[in-house]
Amino acid sequence: MERMNSLAVVAEGVRKHYGGAPALDGFDLAVPEGTVCGLLGPNGAGKTTAVRVLTTLLRADAGRAVVAGFDVAARPAEVRYRIGLAGQNAAVDEILTGRENLEMWGRLYHLDAATARRRAGELLDRFGLAADAEKRVKHYSGGMRRRLDLAAAFVLAPSVLFLDEPTTGLDPRNRDEVWQAVRELAASGSTVLMTTQYLFEADQLAHQIAVIDAGRVIADGSPDELKSMVGGDQIDLVVRDAAGLAEAARVLAAAAGRDPVADPGARRLTAPVHDRIGALTEVVRELGERGIAVEDVALRRPTLDEVFLSLTGERTARAEEGGHGEEDRAA
Amino acid sequence: MTTLIAPVIPRSRLQRLRWTFADGGVIARGNLIHLVRNPSAILNLLLYPAVMVLLFGYVFGSAMNVAGGGDYREFLMPGMFAQTMTLGVMTTMIIVTNDAARGVTDRFRSMPISRSGVVLGRACADMVNSVLELAVLLGCGLAVGWSWHRGAGNALTALGLLLLLRFALIWVGIYLGLMLTPESASAAWMPLMPLTMLANTFVSPELMPGWMGAISEWNPLSATVAACRELFGNPGWGGDSWAAAHALPLAVAWPVALTLVFLPLSARRYRRLDR
Ligand SMILES: Nc1ncnc2c1ncn2[C@@H]1O[C@H](COP(=O)(O)OP(=O)(O)O)[C@@H](O)[C@H]1O
Ligand SMILES: [Mg+2]
Repeated sequence: MERMNSLAVVAEGVRKHYGGAPALDGFDLAVPEGTVCGLLGPNGAGKTTAVRVLTTLLRADAGRAVVAGFDVAARPAEVRYRIGLAGQNAAVDEILTGRENLEMWGRLYHLDAATARRRAGELLDRFGLAADAEKRVKHYSGGMRRRLDLAAAFVLAPSVLFLDEPTTGLDPRNRDEVWQAVRELAASGSTVLMTTQYLFEADQLAHQIAVIDAGRVIADGSPDELKSMVGGDQIDLVVRDAAGLAEAARVLAAAAGRDPVADPGARRLTAPVHDRIGALTEVVRELGERGIAVEDVALRRPTLDEVFLSLTGERTARAEEGGHGEEDRAA
Repeated sequence: MTTLIAPVIPRSRLQRLRWTFADGGVIARGNLIHLVRNPSAILNLLLYPAVMVLLFGYVFGSAMNVAGGGDYREFLMPGMFAQTMTLGVMTTMIIVTNDAARGVTDRFRSMPISRSGVVLGRACADMVNSVLELAVLLGCGLAVGWSWHRGAGNALTALGLLLLLRFALIWVGIYLGLMLTPESASAAWMPLMPLTMLANTFVSPELMPGWMGAISEWNPLSATVAACRELFGNPGWGGDSWAAAHALPLAVAWPVALTLVFLPLSARRYRRLDR
């Protein structure tokens, strides 16, 4: 019981069938209070189903879930006082202005008119929407809608916030705005459970990443732990001259603590590293001192595909995200 | 920096009841703002009845006969009133499906909000909407020469019966809306439109082929239409069948029966959204 008090979300062996294959198949999760947990998985992995069970929207077939100290099945009303939900679609009203939307949600959370108005003003400021507060939401960008939706979920400053794919479908600029909003929510002390299909997004925002596949968590830990589990970041090195390959391999091996994989045809060396920047600096300095000319050197994070490859040994079907490896490189 | 807001938890039954009305008020208000700000909704509201009255009153009307004689436009208006009330089920259904698709229903269900308040708000907004539609139609009717002939009391009773039908259909709309997607809800025009005509709305059932006439006599809509014709003193009411002879009690019984069936069904459906 002692331990339970410091956990904002606990799920144990949660199962849910919709008829066919199970959507959740023994889902386990523990999220400490005041942290951000990224629930990472491909389409159809069961992320939304997990969020729906935890937010009292869906009754699990088996297992147990406790949110903010209350069992979701036995005490749903208590849970609802303590959570906020921003679902996969922004539940904003297009015809109303941003301010009217927030005032409406405030009234529905039973704030009196004056408090609802004050709270709407605060949230608009906080989520960078003050300048557009009097515009109707139909004129908002995708990122603005998302931020308004996050603000609506945050009206009562709930102790646990659930965000289901808050950046899916947004361009990078809008996505960065939403990231900022999520950081804002986390900084205020709420526990945040967000789902995502992007490793780099979970890496940016979360203290803890739980990888979900076919309805169960297959890996769970800090971003660093997860990356070391799957081999961590890699240094990719291309030397200008094939003659320098052997010596460069020795340099890289010293920094990485293991022998690099060599592709002599491309004059390329690859080695996983733990101390990312330290290792990169060391390698670059050593190569410079030894006078080995380098054509390209880069730190590369494993993509979600690679995470899944090493965790499940299967490549997941993720047709629509062809370009996200680039993002990993840039992040 | 952070303003922590303590959740307000209702303590007494009275407070919970107050919540229900407060939530209903907020939701109804939001829906009415939609009506006011959405030009196409207003246009629909004003234009659709006007076009229908002109189309049926003048284009088809010249070819129409009223069983037992009488002016066709006098005969037509009660049919128009009741058809508009019936088609209101589309409004309810589409709003309910849209709320579900936008995630609004999910957020409501994740909140400590009064469930009956949500429904109450929906019902209030729909009723206000229907009163406005009815007012516009009454204006159209008066403009084309329709009127009531049996006193204000009977006329108000007729309007009450029309709104009773609309009220019953709110529950049908919520029930269907909780089961359908927005696309299939919009497609419900297809079966619904003919069903509102397979009644005594535009043509007397006596003038239809036998089997069709029988269905039309028993259409719940026909009871309301016939009762309104009777109460307004418009031509074309009464008839040989039992249904036609008992239009007034049937115009009460049908909506009450619909409500008794669909109100619990929709409440159950809502509770079972967590399955
Ligand atoms: N309402 C539903 N009816 C039937 N199957 C569903 C329903 N919702 C989800 N599923 C199925 O459950 C699995 C998990 O879905 P979901 O939780 O939505 O995954 P994710 O959010 O990770 O994309 C999928 O195979 C999906 O097809
Ligand atoms: Mg999902």
